[in-house]
Amino acid sequence: MFDIKDLYQEVIVDHNRSPRNFGKLDDANKTLEGFNPLCGDKLTLYLKTEDDTIKDISFDGSGCAISVASASLMTEAMKGKSMQEAEKLFNEFHDLITTDKEADLEELGKLAALAGVKAYPARVKCASLCWHTLHSVIEGGTSPVHTE
Amino acid sequence: MNNQNTAAKLNASTFDVEKIRADFPILQQHVNGKPLVYLDNAATAQKPKQVIETLDTYYREYNSNIHRGVHTLSQKATDAYESAREKVKTFLNANSSKEIIFTRGATEAINLVAQSFGRDTISVGDEIIITELEHHSNIVPWQLLCEQTGATLRYIPINDAGELILEEYEKLLNKKTSIVAVGHISNALGTINPIKTIIDKAHAVGAKVLIDGAQAVPHTKADVQELDCDFYVFSGHKLFGPTGIGVLYGKEALLDAMPPYQGGGDMIQTVSMTKSTFNALPHKFEAGTPHIAGVIGLGAAIDYVNAIDIDVTAQYENELLDYANEQAAQITDLNFVGTAQNKTSILSFTLGRIHPHDIGTILDGEGVAIRAGHHCAMPVMERFEIPATARASFAFYNTREEVDALIQAIDKCIMVFG
Repeated sequence: MFDIKDLYQEVIVDHNRSPRNFGKLDDANKTLEGFNPLCGDKLTLYLKTEDDTIKDISFDGSGCAISVASASLMTEAMKGKSMQEAEKLFNEFHDLITTDKEADLEELGKLAALAGVKAYPARVKCASLCWHTLHSVIEGGTSPVHTE
Repeated sequence: MNNQNTAAKLNASTFDVEKIRADFPILQQHVNGKPLVYLDNAATAQKPKQVIETLDTYYREYNSNIHRGVHTLSQKATDAYESAREKVKTFLNANSSKEIIFTRGATEAINLVAQSFGRDTISVGDEIIITELEHHSNIVPWQLLCEQTGATLRYIPINDAGELILEEYEKLLNKKTSIVAVGHISNALGTINPIKTIIDKAHAVGAKVLIDGAQAVPHTKADVQELDCDFYVFSGHKLFGPTGIGVLYGKEALLDAMPPYQGGGDMIQTVSMTKSTFNALPHKFEAGTPHIAGVIGLGAAIDYVNAIDIDVTAQYENELLDYANEQAAQITDLNFVGTAQNKTSILSFTLGRIHPHDIGTILDGEGVAIRAGHHCAMPVMERFEIPATARASFAFYNTREEVDALIQAIDKCIMVFG
């Protein structure tokens, strides 16, 4: 049995209440929408990249606390990262919320607060929507991302 | 062969909810360490042991294919299947059992009417009227039909309480109106629609009317002859019966004139290499081996509902909703969505800035099962400019103590999100 506080940790409640990097990025050169048809969660990611580096990143949209906090934490973690580093973190995060593999907590930093999602399979998509959208941007995707 | 219901006739003053609850084995369990409080009845209702035992007996003692076997078990299964059709006929007060078609659910029944009746009778320029309240199952089949035929889909709007605006309906009606398809009761908000008025006005311009009764039959009587509707559909699983079985009622003359929906065994009279002739009603619309167990189980569910008296349970459910409304009104940030004067036991709400999916997860941790989301009624959400609601829907086996558990769990949401 899981305590609900394992899911809604203080850092998640905080990032839901005051999402960081929220709002349109005016000088973004990459923009992509993500949509979770089951929940109705939707977000748009804005990236400003130079060479291979994420110079700035923001998001807007609406969704549950898990999806908003996850996007907020993700954008915080992504600033200054190279595409390769971003992909590596995507894989780490994916493992964290879907597998029993031991996570690299140091590398994940605050993102580890979302580990509790694993115990709630119905909510994994909420946490991963922003990440799948970012992953698609990195791969050069241009059509909106739908979590299946 | 079907179990006789043990539930005695009750009246409102002596309604013994504990006795009813004892009939529902699933309710006697803990979820996440708390007693299960099942408030997702509008999604699917739980099954009494009378239904479960009927299914068990069918598979253990007389599982057989129907309508063709000459052996004893086949005859027994055929008799049970056709006797369930009689029960549905009586339940809806249809004129004849030929008017009762078994389908996979209400959704398939609506699709059947759209594709068989609709494609046969609708042409370019015709109009179909539905409402802003509809479940997707009573929207999409008509959108598909409009695409196929060039007909136009019109919507009766709703007011802020979630009630249909009948003056607007009257403006939509005209000589080109071919079909009016309306839910008897809204699944998202619980609004009971004035279907008798809607049917009469549609008939006055020569349109045919389909009523989606999926949310209605567990809560209210539906008398198709008194309503004079042309089609009425419902699902077994919301009426305490099995999933995968539903009913289409249609007036005999209409069904008779309609082309088959699906081809296959059981729906034919003769088949040659070049041409087939079709079976009589109701078999014309029941191609292939049907969901025999589901039909027999639905018959048992109807027996159960008949035995407990729907007027008494409806009154009990209304009292439960009143109590839930009173308690919920004391929660400062709680906003009611759907406040129709005439509604069934559905409490749809939002809670400050807390997203309904987070409410659903936190309530589940307290053993309280509700639905969070758009309830397959996205136009309703659009109308209220919200992405989703949290929805508690009550059945006659729910209690005031369970309402208290719901309210306490909502308080916990507020605690978690501060």
